[in-house]
Amino acid sequence: MWRFLARTIVQRLLLLVVISIVSHTVIHLAPGEPTEVDAMNPMMKAEDVARIRKSFHLDEPIHLQYLHWMKDLGTGELKSFRDGLPVLPKIWERFLNSLPLFLCTTLIVWTASFPVGIQAALKRGSRYDRSTTFFAYTLISIPGFFLSYLLILWVVRTFHLPVIGLRTFGTDSGSGIMRVMDRIWHLVIPSLMAALTGIAVLSRYVRAQMLEVLAQDYVRTARAKGLDEDHVVYGHALRNALLPFVTMFGLLLPGLISGSVIFEQIFAWPGLGLLGYEAILARDFPVILTLNFMAAALTLFGILLSDLLYALVDPRIRLQ
Amino acid sequence: MADESRELLSIRDLHVDFATDSGSVSAVRGIDLGIAAGETVALVGESGSGKSVTAMSIMRLSEGRVAAGSIHFQGRDLLNVPAAELRQIRGGQIGMIFQEPMTSLNPVFTIGRQLEEVLTLHQRLNARAARAQALELLQRVGIPAPERRIAQYPHELSGGMKQRVMLAMAIACRPRLLIADEPTTALDVTIQAQIMALLRSLQQEFGMAVLLITHDLGVVAHFAERVLVMYAGKIVEQGSVRDVFKRASHPYTQALLAALPDPLKPSARLSAIPGRVPSPSMLPPGCAFCARCAHAFAPCAERQPPLFAIGPGHGAACFLKEQ
Amino acid sequence: MSIQGGQNPASEALAPPFAEAEALGSAETPTQQLWRTFRKDRLAMLGLYVLLALLVVALVGHVLTSFWPIFDPVTVRLPDKLRPPLSPASSSLAKDLLPPFHSYPFGTDEFGRNVLARMLQGSFISLSVGIVAVSISLAIGLSVGGLAGFYGQRRLGPISIDTLLMRFTDVVLCFPTFFLILTVVALLPPSIYNIMIVIGMTSWMSTARFVRAEFLALREQDFVTAAKALGLPEWRIIFRHMIPNALAPVLVSATINVAHAILTESALSFLGFGVRPPYATWGNILADGRSYIFDAPWLFLIPGAAILIVVLAFNLVGEGLRDALNPKLRKRSG
Repeated sequence: MWRFLARTIVQRLLLLVVISIVSHTVIHLAPGEPTEVDAMNPMMKAEDVARIRKSFHLDEPIHLQYLHWMKDLGTGELKSFRDGLPVLPKIWERFLNSLPLFLCTTLIVWTASFPVGIQAALKRGSRYDRSTTFFAYTLISIPGFFLSYLLILWVVRTFHLPVIGLRTFGTDSGSGIMRVMDRIWHLVIPSLMAALTGIAVLSRYVRAQMLEVLAQDYVRTARAKGLDEDHVVYGHALRNALLPFVTMFGLLLPGLISGSVIFEQIFAWPGLGLLGYEAILARDFPVILTLNFMAAALTLFGILLSDLLYALVDPRIRLQ
Repeated sequence: MADESRELLSIRDLHVDFATDSGSVSAVRGIDLGIAAGETVALVGESGSGKSVTAMSIMRLSEGRVAAGSIHFQGRDLLNVPAAELRQIRGGQIGMIFQEPMTSLNPVFTIGRQLEEVLTLHQRLNARAARAQALELLQRVGIPAPERRIAQYPHELSGGMKQRVMLAMAIACRPRLLIADEPTTALDVTIQAQIMALLRSLQQEFGMAVLLITHDLGVVAHFAERVLVMYAGKIVEQGSVRDVFKRASHPYTQALLAALPDPLKPSARLSAIPGRVPSPSMLPPGCAFCARCAHAFAPCAERQPPLFAIGPGHGAACFLKEQ
Repeated sequence: MSIQGGQNPASEALAPPFAEAEALGSAETPTQQLWRTFRKDRLAMLGLYVLLALLVVALVGHVLTSFWPIFDPVTVRLPDKLRPPLSPASSSLAKDLLPPFHSYPFGTDEFGRNVLARMLQGSFISLSVGIVAVSISLAIGLSVGGLAGFYGQRRLGPISIDTLLMRFTDVVLCFPTFFLILTVVALLPPSIYNIMIVIGMTSWMSTARFVRAEFLALREQDFVTAAKALGLPEWRIIFRHMIPNALAPVLVSATINVAHAILTESALSFLGFGVRPPYATWGNILADGRSYIFDAPWLFLIPGAAILIVVLAFNLVGEGLRDALNPKLRKRSG
């Protein structure tokens, strides 16, 4: 099995290199350059533009630009086009902001989906099942930002509480516990909004899996042995139904970067998504490329993790 | 029929319905079945005759709804016992094995775990005793090297071995009755013979009654004492194996037996029964076999024939036998 | 991993004893059977009605706002800005600026434009973005999946076609989709066609996988061998015989992808990268309305509700199709 693992890792690394080349090419092929963003600025003289272009290697052929990017990334010297500051520390700082949001959202999604999905499967056709189904479809269909704004509208109008941003303005001078609670409050609302669609999708999937497993022959065997319903459902059936979800776990990782653009925009949460958005607006290639690259790397790593977890959990795979 | 008070299992006038998109459909339309202690009874029929549904309904494992009738086991009304008592009977006093050994074992638990589960549940053995007992059981059902097998997962075993494990689980608690729902249909012919031999030896050793559901008349001939033939949800003939095979009285039974290829006449034309089994949602008012029967006459299409006695313990549901 | 729905336990139990019996008797084509099963799902039928209504509204709206402008989405009427729904037009308006029936059923926006007119125009555009994007993704997905499934074993040098195409699919799957769309759309000149193409080019992967899986299964079936034995050319086998059979999961994912495309377009507009004015899509009406959420909530609520209803309808129809096709798929492979 270790040889298989090593081979997979090498394949994935190759894939990563290919992806980085492709993203680099795509982004550089698109029209629009960082120097053009500020084109209207009368203070930018021709020499300034030329100087900027030179320092960012924009005049060189594309493959050399790629190498420059990779080298700078590796040495940690990659600088942003926008303000000349190093890219990696920026990303790190924003990452620390995105991380709690991501963790909180994931926690909410995964703890809420399973009970809902399992109950819906057990009580198939009942009012509970039908209403949760309808809610799930509605949540999947509603644009995330629409629902978020509705909630903001309601919370602000009814409770007169602030919702936007990492913390309420002015709380830095408050007591420790108040700061902590304020931070938690500001974390919960965006996480909840971001989690709703996830819950809708995942709980449907959980339900479908449970239904499929409950119809299997071995569940019938378990009943014929005289086991009580709880043992049959939570002991025998659930263990099988959970298998694919273990693999999904690994695939969550890329959501750290890509999932949050909209919600960070709405709630003014200074995370990676917002960083990407600002970078795109400013044609800040190094940041865009690095974020893209990292997202792809996370995806590949996530897939690897999934495969590994699956092999650990399913005896049919493990013993190959 | 056997004396009701001595019967181990007594099914009376069982009706089982299924809810389908096109309304309620009757899979079992009033059957009587009795098994005495230690007896081997075969329930024979084609796919769609309702035999599996009958077997599953005994322990309330069927997805259909029992619309009428009763099922008594050792004097207890199985259809109405509280859930806790039913669970105690399942696996403890009635064991069941199913048709598809490939999918009847949980793929993520070891054989040992699944086998010990039955022992721990019904006999309250501790882990060590359960493990020892499980090994013995595996040995008894003919699995070589049980210490190795007990830690393996179902996908590492062949179909025949899986069925042996299923048997081990079913008889682990020395049930009074074993229900075998087409236990050999999904297996190779040579394995079939082995499993049936195993079944026989287990039955003799434990003195269990066996209800064997099958469509294979050869298996019935070798194994059962009594046989009931089912067609479209009803019993059309029943009696001892000897009586039914030698003096088949219902046209359906006769046609079934005639359809068996005769090894002494290899080039003779195979005789098939014309027509098809009627869909349970479109059953005629009279005898269900009427449309395919060579001997049908006036009353067949109008009324359903009850079982008429042909000899002691031998009956056929055919107006031809009305005396 | 599949998100196919579970089976009805009663019909599962029905399958072994009654499969043969049930299989006889009904002489319907598969399409009729599909329609009959689909019709029983009330939610799915509701979704279908909504979609049909949407189609009518979109086409009629397109006519009414472009060719025969009864409703003009572009007319600016400053005296009448930010009127709530169902309010009448003010009498100070010039004659040629008056809206039909002298009222604004959906109110006006910050420029006094008739929101109903903009919604009508938007319906056509949002729907066409969805449909065109998904058509592109279907074309790509069917080609990639079909080729991989059918010719998969042929080799091009050291690797087989199947491996090549599937690795390619994996590469594209690795890109963070929304981020990529955002990047491309932001960097390209703003145009509705760019959006359609980009969405189409990033959503074909699941279709390709389904098609490949179906083709792999179908390839082994007897009717393909029979067709080959009759001497039919391969392209004909693929297009006329295999693709129609493989369409089932593709149809389901196409329906759901249209819903997804409409949501993506609205998200892009929300971020400022969608279709540019003066064209109205529901997404950019929603984005514009964001600034007035406290003062003129209808500007935000109406397009949001419309998107919700339409996307929900697509999802319901897609799920209904999936459930209706599922038992059929089982019978076919059983």
